[in-house]
Amino acid sequence: MPVRCLSRGGGTGGWRAGLIAGLLLIALIPTAFADPADFQRGAALIAENRFASLEEGVALVAASGDPQARKLLLALQGSDLYLRKSDRTLVVAARGTDGYDLLDPLTGEPAGSVASKRELKRVRINNRLRSQLRSAIAGLDLSHPDPAVRLSGVTEMIANLDAEGLDLLRARMPNEPDAEVREAMTTAIALGDLESPDPEARIASLAELKGTLHPAVRGSIRRLIDTDPDPEVRQAAQRATDSIEFKLQLYSLAETLFFGLSLGSVLVLAAIGLAITFGVMGVINMAHGELIMLGAYTTYIVQQLMPDHIGASVLIAVPAAFLVSGAVGILIERGVIRFLYGRPLETLLATFGISLVLQQLVRTLISPQNVPVANPEWMSGAWQINSVLSLTMNRMVIIAFCLIVFAALYLVMRRTALGLQVRAVSQNRAMARAMGVRSARVDALTFGLGSGIAGVAGVALSQLTNVGPNLGQSYIIDSFMVVVFGGVGNLWGTLVAGMSLGVVNKFLEPWAGAVLAKILVLVFIILFIQKRPRGLFPQKGRAAEA
Amino acid sequence: MRLEALHLDRGGRIFLALLAVTTLLVPILNLAVPADSPLHVSTYTVTLLGKYLTYALLAVAVDLVWGYLGILSLGHGAFFALGGYAMGMYLMLQIGDRGVYGNPDLPDFMVFLNWHELPWFWHGFDMFWFAALMVILVPGTLAFVFGWLTFRSRVTGVYLSIITQALTYALMLAFFRNEMGFGGNNGLTDFKDLLGFDLQSDATRIGLFIASALALAGGYLACRYLVNSKLGRVAVAIRDAESRTRFIGYRVEQVKLWIFTFSAVLAGIAGALYVPQVGIINPGEFSPLNSIEIVVWVAIGGRATLYGAVLGALLVNYGKTYLTGVMPDAWLFALGGLFVLVTLFLPQGIAGLMRRKEVQA
Amino acid sequence: MKTLDRLRQGLLRNRAWDLTRPDLSLELNTSHGTLLYLEDISVSFDGFRAIDGLNLYIDAGELRCIIGPNGAGKTTMMDIITGKTRPDTGTAWFGQTIDLLRLSEPEIASVGIGRKFQKPSVFEPLTVFENLELAMAADKRVWPTLRARITPEQRTRIEEVLETIGLQEHRTRRAGALSHGQKQWLEIGMLLMQAPHLLLVDEPVAGMTHQEMDRTAELLTSLAGKHSVVVVEHDMDFVRSIANKVTVLHQGRVLAEGTMDEVQNDPRVIEVYLGGEDVHGPMA
Repeated sequence: MPVRCLSRGGGTGGWRAGLIAGLLLIALIPTAFADPADFQRGAALIAENRFASLEEGVALVAASGDPQARKLLLALQGSDLYLRKSDRTLVVAARGTDGYDLLDPLTGEPAGSVASKRELKRVRINNRLRSQLRSAIAGLDLSHPDPAVRLSGVTEMIANLDAEGLDLLRARMPNEPDAEVREAMTTAIALGDLESPDPEARIASLAELKGTLHPAVRGSIRRLIDTDPDPEVRQAAQRATDSIEFKLQLYSLAETLFFGLSLGSVLVLAAIGLAITFGVMGVINMAHGELIMLGAYTTYIVQQLMPDHIGASVLIAVPAAFLVSGAVGILIERGVIRFLYGRPLETLLATFGISLVLQQLVRTLISPQNVPVANPEWMSGAWQINSVLSLTMNRMVIIAFCLIVFAALYLVMRRTALGLQVRAVSQNRAMARAMGVRSARVDALTFGLGSGIAGVAGVALSQLTNVGPNLGQSYIIDSFMVVVFGGVGNLWGTLVAGMSLGVVNKFLEPWAGAVLAKILVLVFIILFIQKRPRGLFPQKGRAAEA
Repeated sequence: MRLEALHLDRGGRIFLALLAVTTLLVPILNLAVPADSPLHVSTYTVTLLGKYLTYALLAVAVDLVWGYLGILSLGHGAFFALGGYAMGMYLMLQIGDRGVYGNPDLPDFMVFLNWHELPWFWHGFDMFWFAALMVILVPGTLAFVFGWLTFRSRVTGVYLSIITQALTYALMLAFFRNEMGFGGNNGLTDFKDLLGFDLQSDATRIGLFIASALALAGGYLACRYLVNSKLGRVAVAIRDAESRTRFIGYRVEQVKLWIFTFSAVLAGIAGALYVPQVGIINPGEFSPLNSIEIVVWVAIGGRATLYGAVLGALLVNYGKTYLTGVMPDAWLFALGGLFVLVTLFLPQGIAGLMRRKEVQA
Repeated sequence: MKTLDRLRQGLLRNRAWDLTRPDLSLELNTSHGTLLYLEDISVSFDGFRAIDGLNLYIDAGELRCIIGPNGAGKTTMMDIITGKTRPDTGTAWFGQTIDLLRLSEPEIASVGIGRKFQKPSVFEPLTVFENLELAMAADKRVWPTLRARITPEQRTRIEEVLETIGLQEHRTRRAGALSHGQKQWLEIGMLLMQAPHLLLVDEPVAGMTHQEMDRTAELLTSLAGKHSVVVVEHDMDFVRSIANKVTVLHQGRVLAEGTMDEVQNDPRVIEVYLGGEDVHGPMA
């Protein structure tokens, strides 16, 4: 069977023939029988620094079972293994404070340091060795106590599967305690069985593999469709491919949905403050985008003030931006908007003027160029669900953040005295006043709340896009679209509208391109407003007629 | 008092007289007065004035729908730009083989994009009459379709404003794409001549200036006729009490639709005259900021007067030219400040100020 | 009764006729003596039933007063007749041929239904004369309106109405500068200019002095006969002075109908007004 496997392996694995013996050792000799002396001998061979001796040396080290073996091979793979010229011993070099710190790979103990690399000679490897090392390290990984290391070992083996690896996997699998690792091993073994001469075994392994997303699996099965002599196997392979393709599509759908939701969260964040000022108060605040921009710049300034704590700076920026934008919002309300209540078109113009002034202010005071805003570490990285689906951390944070802001705002509007007063004033100003609500104060606070939320949205946006004076402008139309689409005066409408526009946008993008998708969404909203002028969730009744 | 069909109010009469004087005087001062005389008007200034006049026509168009009909269009720049593009396409095809690539059939940017033939929608634009027709038809049709959809479903007030803004925004995004076939980012430029006249020559510049002045006068008179007619009074009725107007039997949607379309056509004509004078049209003309700026001209001049719109357009643009030359940073402060101050303290604009003085006197 | 109705409608809405001439009929036919039929009308806002199975018939030339406590559905009923609100169920016919539910507001206005709003809504920036001119029955399509010139007959008509509503002196004044009562009159004048078959008048005397009220009563009674007039009013003295037939609405349906005396002595009406919270009791 191994022979057949090699002949199938073709182009990539011709070199293996000569090493069969050595590698069979890794596979067949359990760690318990490993000879500690092999490690020393293997290391000595490696120290000769010739390709021929290296191959043998690697095989010996890998089979030795020595606790330092894995580290040694990793160092060799990472080109960190050197020969000290002075005494021709193996050392692992790592950049130190001055020069290089050395480790003895045989013991793992420090071995002094050298000032320059000139005192060292790198142990060179070639592609053939690199493959050998990958397999050897993967094999060692399989016996590593940490399941995560074992899993990555198996995954590594799936990508470069050979007969020896398979035998090793077969030997290890029954004793594997971790379910996930065992699952991966089953996949790997089934992948190996695809090469089995017995059609039944091939069909069985196809059945095993039809839910697997590993790219190596897809390639192998596709090869079977074209080349397998047995028609039944070809059919089974076709079915397996179909089922895998279906799963892949499902995951890509999930990914698009995720992208859509994260874009939707951005839209909701940008629009939710507007849902308060426009939706609840009826004030058209064209400077809303600039309040978002101020929030983003607040993040920048906070980071300038505490350059060593980028991770915390974003958290501090949230309340800071709320206060800055909220204060500017109250200033705008007290200074301009309150004279223009009941004249929406004038409000629109005046606040647009304010937006120009704010933009220019930022250009003059800070810089006309974009400013750099750093992403904290805890927002980078991704959650790898499987080989085709990974959710990036920053998008997940944005979605979560959006939901938190929404929930907080919703609670404020529903559960607090301010929220009650805001709703009262928005429904019947005169009556609310008659009942002792200080409507002027409520107006200012409401506007401040909506503006503050815009600032908070700015903090989120600063993590996603360039922060510049035009940041707000690019979001203002989108924000209005979201609020109008969702139905004015309805927070839930804003949430649903923002999310659905984000998702629709992302689903259109693959076949229409980003710009066209955006245009299509705009046209869609324009047409939608014709059909339902009051949005998805309109306010009903006679009050809405006014 | 308002019943005579073409009665001109005082401001309007003054405006028309000044326009006539300028139109006569400027060419003389440019052509007949020697260049070293202090009275000489440079060709640069003539073109600048011509540009202002097209802006003024645009402002009149916006005042017609905003001042008299109550539709605050934040998308009139789109109609202006579409008219401009129609003219630009004609001018582009007039370049012929004088372009950088020397291709007699294709504009440079198409050669650059490796296109081999003219897209279908460019056909006919080599003929002036066709382009001139399109200057009217394209903005008119867009306005008609847009208005038909919007007014019928009774989208009004700020909703309408925001949708018009989205319209011009969507068009801007679309025209930025190279695939659209309108030169993408760079737009259309490097024009050589118009109807055989060299665009760089003084005489052509003067001709364009006079054409702009005539267009402005014509547009003004047409709008004046309209607002002085019974239809104009219906428009005002719609502006102030839309549903009441409906209950006395007027088809509000129809009135809005036709006046809006007419206004868009005026804007398109203004754009068509603008492009040969500035020598370029690009997607930036669609930007929402441009459209809002037009509204400011009208607001500053005084809406629902028509001549106020002209006044506002001239003043603001002169201020813009001056300020961006002297201290570029100050322009946006000034513009933004103007928005706020005018809405707060001068709701009737300069025209309103003058009328108040008149009443007091 | 229901079968009869259906039969009547079936006869009127002959399908073959519809197919050959899909235009809506705009020809008024009151050969049966009834001008307005509201049958089984219901409408609700957010679950609140403003009108609940309303049946109302207005005869040609009749003057009818409609009273009822706040929220009885009086204004909503007017909204339905004039096309502002569409009912959830029911039918509304103007004469025997015109289906109001299929017409838009301007179409309803042009078949001859005029409305005066509760809150006076005249066109404030226009002069009194211009207000009347706009309301005048004429071809109200866009192009004819643009080309319209006032004919001598029309001018005479406007002068007549100006005299009727007593605003001759104010013809060049901006309507916004009129007093509240004058605006009410101007609105009635605008109604007259429309020359409608049916006048819907919502609280015509609110804010009027007693003399003005008397003149309004006089005017409305003089209109009846030529036109049908429906008046919604709270002022019971006024209602008593003009109405021979009164309809009481309550919770979106007709509670009672008859002469003022009959209605006033109807125990259900007394229950509603005395037991209810309405301040304008009919017994006042």
